[in-house]
Amino acid sequence: MDERVDYQKKPASNPAETERTRNRKVFVPKVDIIETGDTMVMYADIPGADEKTIDVTLEKSVLTIRGSIVPQEFEGRSIAYAEYDVGDYERSFTVSDGVDRERIEAVVKNGVLKLILHKVPQVETKKIAVRTE
Amino acid sequence: MMDSVRELQRMQGEMNRVFSGIGQSLSREVPPVNAWVGEADVIVAAELPGVDPGKVEISVVGDTLTISGSREAEALKAGESYHRQERDFGRFSRTIQLPFHVEANKVEAKYARGLLKITLPRAEADKPRKIAVKYE
Repeated sequence: MDERVDYQKKPASNPAETERTRNRKVFVPKVDIIETGDTMVMYADIPGADEKTIDVTLEKSVLTIRGSIVPQEFEGRSIAYAEYDVGDYERSFTVSDGVDRERIEAVVKNGVLKLILHKVPQVETKKIAVRTE
Repeated sequence: MMDSVRELQRMQGEMNRVFSGIGQSLSREVPPVNAWVGEADVIVAAELPGVDPGKVEISVVGDTLTISGSREAEALKAGESYHRQERDFGRFSRTIQLPFHVEANKVEAKYARGLLKITLPRAEADKPRKIAVKYE
């Protein structure tokens, strides 16, 4: 084998960045993805977002979660100290064909979005009997 | 009084940190808090997604507020495995210095959408008093 050829897989370069029309910060929510026997469960931390502002879409094989936040404001008080920033949440995942597109469940509770992706049962290979004539 | 120049510098630092890399985890204390100060009270909000409100303890002594508790991970059953594990779990505790003494028995805390909001009224004895200047 020619040693000059790099056989290592190359990481995909980032696709061209799209810009948002609204000038707001976007955060990438932290997620846990757990594989169970016949489902895949995803948990995403999106504090401040609720069921009215969360949007889950599946387009072709890209699953996108979006959440927006209404910044907190309190009348008669001014912000004196800030450690966390607010903005929208956005993150996309490529899902395999083995996911049942019609059965994706999404539940939000206490600022955590839980997505349940069901796997499509494996299609068994069909054997075709060959006869002699 | 708030030092506005320092605040701007702090915000600048924050911006640099945020823009230094999306998705990069910032080293920060848990839970991160924001605070709003008014004349009669201070509101402290903390980002605490996925926490059982019954497992959060709030204590107030004089002008310090302590938020502690634990965040538990979903237990894995047999045959389950992680593809990704990015969220943090475990015990947390932090103490925040408030701008004034507060009325400990009038402190209210609410938890919704993963945000903890604590309203701490200013102690009566700590409120600024107007002193009339007499003419001699």
